Amino acid sequence: MDASQVIFILSAALIIASALMVVSTRNLIHAALWLIATLFGVAILYAVLEAGFLAVVQVVVYIGAIAIMFIFAVMLTRKEMRDQGPQVNSTWPLSAILSLLTFGGLFVILSKWDGLWKLPQAIPDGSQDTLTRLGVALTSPEAFVLPFEVASVLLLAALIGSVYVAMNKK
Amino acid sequence: MIPLSWYLFLSAALFSIGLFGVLVRRNAVAILLSVELMLNAVNINLVSFWRYGNTASMDGQVFAIIVFAVAAAEVAVGLSLIYSIYRRRNSVIADELDLMKW
Repeated sequence: MDASQVIFILSAALIIASALMVVSTRNLIHAALWLIATLFGVAILYAVLEAGFLAVVQVVVYIGAIAIMFIFAVMLTRKEMRDQGPQVNSTWPLSAILSLLTFGGLFVILSKWDGLWKLPQAIPDGSQDTLTRLGVALTSPEAFVLPFEVASVLLLAALIGSVYVAMNKK
Repeated sequence: MIPLSWYLFLSAALFSIGLFGVLVRRNAVAILLSVELMLNAVNINLVSFWRYGNTASMDGQVFAIIVFAVAAAEVAVGLSLIYSIYRRRNSVIADELDLMKW
């Protein structure tokens, strides 16, 4: 077992444990903090997968912006739901069976696939590193400049829409 | 060397946990938290298929970045909807929001 496998197992344990805490904690602030732990584990996995830019974006965008926004939302809406009353609805055993079935189905489908135990090839030492190629791919007209611009329009529309929806209309 | 299957099984497990949270939680903010778990499972899949497939093209990472942008948009709109509902009805419990149900 080499170092990357040890790192993978540790971060996978962190991800699964804190994801279970996210769906089961009563206190929503704690759930948001456990979500931060999960996101951090995913960022470690991106680093293991040699996608360093995505690891940094995961920390900055997900942990720095999205998780903090969740904490603000919990603080704005937490009056009545704090510790009393059930946190899960009455059909939870059915939902547990359904999600276990989903996992089982994915497991069966994956274990029938040939490429499952493929090992990573070394990234070839070309003229450019992966970050440069990612930037070129995002801005070159032959590659992904159109989806990139559409994503920025989507973000702008979501921003204006959320300001409008949350605005205090007298 | 980590085989591809480890990542795929981890992301299947994370997706199922997120699905369980979406189905089970009563608080609308907690449902959105679980949706984030599912989006992260998808992203692990995308990046690991990029790494184990053809690293010469950057498709997988670009997809992951688009998912980041969509997740940010979804959280912004979702949380502002929840906040707006909370101000009008003083509740964020998903099964009490039955305005459009008859």
